[in-house]
Amino acid sequence: MEKRQVYLDYAATTPVKKEVLDAMLPYFTENFGNPSSLYTVGQNAKNAIAEARERVAALIHAQPQEIFFTGSGTEADNWAVIGGALWKQEKGRHIITTAIEHHALLHSGAYLEKQGFEVTYLPVNAEGFVEAETLKSAIREDTILISVMLANNEIGTIQPIAEIAALAKERGILMHTDAVQALGNIPVDVQALGVDLLSVSAHKIYGPKGVGALYIRKGVRLPAYIHGGGQEANRRAGTENLPGIVGFGKAAELAGAGLSEHAARLQGLRDYFLDQVAKEISDIRVNGSLEHRLPGNANVTFKYIEGEAILLLLDLAGVEVSTGSACSSASLSPSHVLEAIGVPVEEIHGSVRFSFGDFTTKEDLDYTVEALKETVAKLRAISSVSKDSGF
Amino acid sequence: MALYNDKVIDLLTNPHNVGDIENPDGEGTYGSPVCGDMMKISIKVDGNDVITDAKFRTFGCGSAIASSSIATDMIIGKTIEEALKITNKDVLDELGGLPAIKIHCSVLADHAIKSAIYDYAQKTGKAYKGLEGFDPNADDEDTDHGCDMEMHLPDKLSDIK
Repeated sequence: MEKRQVYLDYAATTPVKKEVLDAMLPYFTENFGNPSSLYTVGQNAKNAIAEARERVAALIHAQPQEIFFTGSGTEADNWAVIGGALWKQEKGRHIITTAIEHHALLHSGAYLEKQGFEVTYLPVNAEGFVEAETLKSAIREDTILISVMLANNEIGTIQPIAEIAALAKERGILMHTDAVQALGNIPVDVQALGVDLLSVSAHKIYGPKGVGALYIRKGVRLPAYIHGGGQEANRRAGTENLPGIVGFGKAAELAGAGLSEHAARLQGLRDYFLDQVAKEISDIRVNGSLEHRLPGNANVTFKYIEGEAILLLLDLAGVEVSTGSACSSASLSPSHVLEAIGVPVEEIHGSVRFSFGDFTTKEDLDYTVEALKETVAKLRAISSVSKDSGF
Repeated sequence: MALYNDKVIDLLTNPHNVGDIENPDGEGTYGSPVCGDMMKISIKVDGNDVITDAKFRTFGCGSAIASSSIATDMIIGKTIEEALKITNKDVLDELGGLPAIKIHCSVLADHAIKSAIYDYAQKTGKAYKGLEGFDPNADDEDTDHGCDMEMHLPDKLSDIK
């Protein structure tokens, strides 16, 4: 087979689309103004940001004044959770989140614990979902904030946020969701979800890196997080990332226009890929439910071998993927998400995430399955563990 | 590829000495699949205490496979005493270095060699200075091998984005 370059890590980041880049470029040069300046070039910049805000708002069915641009999805998560906790601390100091959140949430939770807040990390079931009953029993008198991600970054499971938000609302608890992975892949509607706060990021939807946004429902008086000038309605100071925000707006517009087609296409590719992998490679395990899952996510364990070695050999073949293996992580810890759904640790080491996107083709997947077949066979021939020996 | 040097990548792609020696004179395993690395080494030893052949099988990451390959290369042709002198640093040097976070993988090779020789010593009733104080069944968790499966959210999290 002729060597190809196949990027299958769209959940990590996406390339900036040509239309997005074209929209951004003038804002580096001729339209470089500071949106806070009163003369023409500044006002043009201000108008461009207003337009981008409308586009991002439209994608999530919010009002433009409810969108606050940040430097990343991580910043939006930090602001929502830490800001929310500080705001509501008179009422209580208990926060609920889940064991499968992104670091942006879990490490913000750890920070809050150091500040004297109590954080409950809800378990998920074997399919990867938070159960309403589990949540209900975790809610206390002093619970002030619930944060549950809309879709998981590793296994793509889509949580029942509307149901969880309804429980939060009944009890007057602030509700946040991290929609960074969901945005652009499934409909994200803040009205239907009923959340107070929602985080998104541009670079997961073919926009630039370095720009995210926090949706803050009208009436939610979340305190400012970055202090300084009057940008973002006095709530997130600092001269705006003008080209980045413009790019986010354009990416949001494209994502909204292509959403249903994008989702159907990705799901088709994902299902085809999993069928082929199951047909060609023995002793695999598909991690997480295939129902209520992001259309472009597949997470597979290849038993008896280790994920970092798989990743390296695939990379040599031109295929780029992620793994939940401890060996590939800076902390040398295996995936906390796969652990939370009960995947045995030795099988977590052999897990690989494939995430598909707008530039993925069926030919890419055929090539990947071939490369994978060779890689798995090669590593199994080296491995000290086999089906016969067991782990 | 930036993570590893060309030598490591070459050894991962074309590892030497993969397999099992039939009727080995010594055999040892170190690590566990739970820890993410498990290396098995078997050796053939002649009447002069020279290691004439060595083979390995490794469940593990790229650097674990590369260090297994190079470690088996390094002991072939050496006497048992010489092989016992091979240190973690020797394996690392021979590989041309590993990223800091991967260094535990070469510790694995060093221990697996000792375990195979320990088995040989047990079978033959020989004693070696280099094996003094070595316990092949020592608890992996207490070494610097880097395996600690206790997960305490949110202190230990994976890095997948």
